Amino acid sequence: MNLRALAALLMRDLRLAVRHGGESLMPLFFLFAVLILVPLGVGPGPNLLAAIAPGMIWVAALLASLLALENLFRPDHEDGSLEQWWLGHLPVTGLVMTRLFSHWLITGLPVILFAPLAAQMLYLPNQALGVLVLSLLIGTPILSLVGGLAAALTLGTNRGSVLLSILVFPLVVPVLIFATGAVSAVADGFSPRAHLGLLAALLVLALTLVPLAVTAALRLNIE
Amino acid sequence: MIWKTLKVGFHRLGSPPTFYRISALISPWLWAGFALCTAIGLYYALYVVPPDYQQSDSYRILFIHVPSAWQAMAGYLVMAILAAIALVWRIRTTEIMAMMCAPIGAAFTVICLLTGSLWGRPMWGTWWAWDARLTSMLVLLFIYLGIMGLYAAFEDRRKGARVACILVLVGVVNIPIIHFSVEWWTTLHQGSTIRFFGESTMHPSMMPPLVWMTVAVKLMFGAVLLDRSRNELLEQDRRKGWVRQAFGGDA
Repeated sequence: MNLRALAALLMRDLRLAVRHGGESLMPLFFLFAVLILVPLGVGPGPNLLAAIAPGMIWVAALLASLLALENLFRPDHEDGSLEQWWLGHLPVTGLVMTRLFSHWLITGLPVILFAPLAAQMLYLPNQALGVLVLSLLIGTPILSLVGGLAAALTLGTNRGSVLLSILVFPLVVPVLIFATGAVSAVADGFSPRAHLGLLAALLVLALTLVPLAVTAALRLNIE
Repeated sequence: MIWKTLKVGFHRLGSPPTFYRISALISPWLWAGFALCTAIGLYYALYVVPPDYQQSDSYRILFIHVPSAWQAMAGYLVMAILAAIALVWRIRTTEIMAMMCAPIGAAFTVICLLTGSLWGRPMWGTWWAWDARLTSMLVLLFIYLGIMGLYAAFEDRRKGARVACILVLVGVVNIPIIHFSVEWWTTLHQGSTIRFFGESTMHPSMMPPLVWMTVAVKLMFGAVLLDRSRNELLEQDRRKGWVRQAFGGDA
């Protein structure tokens, strides 16, 4: 019963994203806009681009994930349906996790699917591609979780978006370090397992704690 | 019996008029202690301690750098404890005190970064290096700024304080992770030379001024925290009865 209600929320979010078409593709366009600007900025030399590729792809993915955060809870807050989350019989943390999951499906998954293309654009060595995709697979859910937390915290303010990026950036420093560390390790011929293991540990920690903090922040904001 | 008296006393302390009165009594003593400790500490640091055999006199900046760095981190801990108390027991005075920790902590972080930078120029040959401890201090500064920004972004001060308190607690979990992740990333800064367990590798003659300055900085943190909290309380409650009473008639 509960699962069906959560699935309904997920389907609604995804349907909204599909019908708003262009808007939900913005993060992906943004990612590629950044990746096109990089060679234009630093020069087209394959060696330099290959060296900075893991970092640039990850920074671009991080910035792209910030784009959709502003509207994660705000429309629901404005039309009052967010308050209904507390009136219903469903656990709010479950609803929060469903919403964050749909955010990841809309912003995180496309980035992962197009990662091979991004890697080719910046001449990332082929043996590092698998680890890049794996690091995005483990890392982008953390971005959605931390971003969701920042969105929940800034919900009650009227100028959320600038604040949002300031709140997210210090909290995702470890993600960036371990994810790019894993890709660079493979590119240099080392094992990425230590980095990926730590990244997975971060994901487990974030999955456990962030939904609780998001719920608390949302509740304070709708009071 | 004693326990009960303590408990009642603690709760009374949370009421704005009582806090206002008692902090006014404590704050001057903290300031006096700060002045005294700074005078002694600086005397030791500038006259008594001999110059370093390699760095000559330029190392003396550490007597400001290290206490500030410690206070930047200890300030976060104080803020986190206050934030936890504020969220659990919903004490308004504590919420305000937690929020007032952030600008002070940020100021000490800036002092630490600036003094480190001034020292790094002649010693490392560069103003800034992407070293682990420097970077984690910089990230700490941005966390402080984020907390201040979040608190300021709300029109309802109380709601802003409570939401920012959640961010403070998120930071408590995240700061150690940031610290270690950055540490494994790269390291240039010297390791800690003072250890609580085992032998310190710092020369013993440098210990007294460092201790005096550390105590001085802690006292100053307390004094500024009390003064800022009093001002904030006064501003938020300016239309309330107790403020009118405290200032006699129409405030």
